[in-house]
Amino acid sequence: MTTRTDIHAQPASALPRVMLVAAVFAVLCAVAFYLYQIAQPLFGAIVLALATGFAVVFGASRFYGARFIFPGIAAVLIFIAFPVIYTIYIGFTNYSSSNLLTYDRTVEVLTSRASVDPATEQPFAVAQDDRGYRIWLPESALLSEPVTLTGEETATLSAAQAPDTLLERRAAVRLRSGLQTLTLTLPDGTKLQNSGLRTFGTVTADYTRTDRDELTRFDGMVLRADHSTGFFTDTAGERVPPGWRVPIGWDNFERIFRSEGIRGPMLRVFVWTFFFAFASVLLTFTLGLTLAVILQWPHLRFKAVYRILLILPYAVPAFISILVFRGLFNQNFGEINLILEAIFGIRPNWFTDGTLARTMVLVVNTWLGYPYMMLLAMGFLQNVPEDHKKSAALEGASSVRIFFSITLPQIIPPFLPLLIASFAFNFNNLVLIFLLTRGLPDIPGTVIPAGETDILASFTYRLAFDNAGQQFGLAGAITLLIFLVVAAISYANFVAMRRAAEKRSGRA
Amino acid sequence: MIVERPRDLLIKKVLAHGFLLVFLGLILFPFIVVLSISFREGNFAVGSIIPENPTLEHWVLAFGFDYTRADGTVVEPPYPVLRWMWNSIKIGLIASTGVLAVATISAYAFSRIRIRGKGAMLDGLFLIQMFPTTLALVAIYAIFDTLGEVSPILGLDSHLALILIYMAGVTLHIWTIKGYFDSIDTALDKAAAIDGATPWQTFRFIFLPLAVPIMSVVFVLAFIGFVNDYPIASVLIRSEDQMTLAVGSRLYLNEFRYLWGDFAAAAILSGLPITVVFLIAQRYLVSGLSEGAVKG
Repeated sequence: MTTRTDIHAQPASALPRVMLVAAVFAVLCAVAFYLYQIAQPLFGAIVLALATGFAVVFGASRFYGARFIFPGIAAVLIFIAFPVIYTIYIGFTNYSSSNLLTYDRTVEVLTSRASVDPATEQPFAVAQDDRGYRIWLPESALLSEPVTLTGEETATLSAAQAPDTLLERRAAVRLRSGLQTLTLTLPDGTKLQNSGLRTFGTVTADYTRTDRDELTRFDGMVLRADHSTGFFTDTAGERVPPGWRVPIGWDNFERIFRSEGIRGPMLRVFVWTFFFAFASVLLTFTLGLTLAVILQWPHLRFKAVYRILLILPYAVPAFISILVFRGLFNQNFGEINLILEAIFGIRPNWFTDGTLARTMVLVVNTWLGYPYMMLLAMGFLQNVPEDHKKSAALEGASSVRIFFSITLPQIIPPFLPLLIASFAFNFNNLVLIFLLTRGLPDIPGTVIPAGETDILASFTYRLAFDNAGQQFGLAGAITLLIFLVVAAISYANFVAMRRAAEKRSGRA
Repeated sequence: MIVERPRDLLIKKVLAHGFLLVFLGLILFPFIVVLSISFREGNFAVGSIIPENPTLEHWVLAFGFDYTRADGTVVEPPYPVLRWMWNSIKIGLIASTGVLAVATISAYAFSRIRIRGKGAMLDGLFLIQMFPTTLALVAIYAIFDTLGEVSPILGLDSHLALILIYMAGVTLHIWTIKGYFDSIDTALDKAAAIDGATPWQTFRFIFLPLAVPIMSVVFVLAFIGFVNDYPIASVLIRSEDQMTLAVGSRLYLNEFRYLWGDFAAAAILSGLPITVVFLIAQRYLVSGLSEGAVKG
């Protein structure tokens, strides 16, 4: 390893590399600058950081080793670490469907709002001659100067004969973008603009920007930008939508903890999430271990066949099997209720009764998860020394006793990190909840949508993406709470794994 | 193991096989029902496991052809299943190739090259890997919504955006491959260094050929993971044509348009290839999972 430094420092091969690095660096810097220019300074900064990191690591010889890990680390930082942090940042903003845009875009939206004076509205047609296009207003028999219809233009109208040929409607529609930026001036000085697919008319803007943070409405009312709430307010304090995104500090968290309509259901979701994750791990572990013990029994035949059939639920893509269960549990024509009715005469409401829905979720998750535990258990069981069991049997211990006092204590330590990982996985098992029940049935009397089977992850997902509210800010705030729990779980797993590794190396 | 009495042994054997058979019956029940439903007439049909009037309607539709019923009515395929499948496979292949390249190179460096702060970086990667993508969904949506204003190829509904996010899922695979590289004798790279090979050459000509088995496992694993992903794809992809299988399949069981029979055929058609690949790869997969995880 020590010979490394003098090998790669050969000057002959350095020049093309440096040129390539410089070229990539230049391109990335240009992208960063462009992003900065179009008012995306955050993304610009990230690209700039990427460019700098790239140039340093690939330019300087002393970072030779780091070149190998640069792509991986950069990808993880940009696409995992940054989004998680950014989500939490959003938790401190009012980002939602009512405050969706940036400030500049909000101003743009408001100032582009305009009203058409219906008295002046009249149909138009487009004529084409060798000097360009002309706009023909048949009602007032006016024809415009030739226009190119490629950018912002003004043209005056004057009385004229109707042109011989007019463009067909479809051809005129194709010129729409040019027509929209065209201003026509009537002989009396009135300005006309494209006000619809077929018409021109006087268009007056509803709002005009009169100062940096000030808009004036057509009736003279002055609106001021309130950067603490993200809304324009008129003199009476009335808000004018749409709003824009602004940081609002701990308001989202206050909402979570203060509002009874949010806190109540969230607490239920929280408790259910823990229960669901814990029960899932316990059920899959118990079932998987039992099956593994049976499959390990030396007298059992057809092991290979059993094994393949038993892991089938794990092999089929989860999104398919979950949807299959959604159909099978269907209240009216699902096969499960058909069988239950034939045998017991009952038709349980799997999707509308809270307890039944939760039972169903656990049943399906056990079905999905036991093969993984079984496969792991089969591996760990093989590592339990046979002579320990033999000597216990010679002492007269029953096979059940042997399992609980010899086998189990030996496989739990290596299993522990995987059990914790499984807990963390189920804690955020969005796919299962979302495809099976969508969190339903809903808990009655809540301010925000929350269901009996919702876990924190699906609850957050629905808050952000599933209803009309698009409450990204609130979802971000809840994400921070999930983050804290997951961080605690991750740390526990980390410690458990360290211990398992130490034990292994200690034994070896 | 221990000598047992023949009669006890027989009872135990019968019990074991009986338990396994009953259990398998329960476990495999959904598969059998779905297969049966895919051949039944209509979308609400109930009936025996072997359909009375078997029809290929759902299968023809799943393959994207129009189906003409006996009474002359023509049924059009409800959703472009094959297109979704192609989207899934395309995204899965590109992203897994990227992940494989990045993970293998990083794993080699983490296993063999001395880099300052390597231990801390490895621990950091391990911790980050435990954070589920669900935590970042809101930001992923916000980021690509904004980037879409800059350029639509990086916006919502873009496969490139999806692939970029998937490519970041390298951490677990770095650990798996690193575990494999750690088990290779260091005498090998010492010999290469004495012969004048740079670390890159050692990687390219010695470690890469050795790593082909573990790389194929990681490739299959990553591919299956990407094809199965629902949360990220559902947030980023909204238009029906661009959907992946995981996102699109959900449309079949909409409360207002419940296509149970069509879903059954589409589910088997799309699930079967992935299942077969998984069954072939599963032996390596599990050893990789438990070992990669325990090598601290």
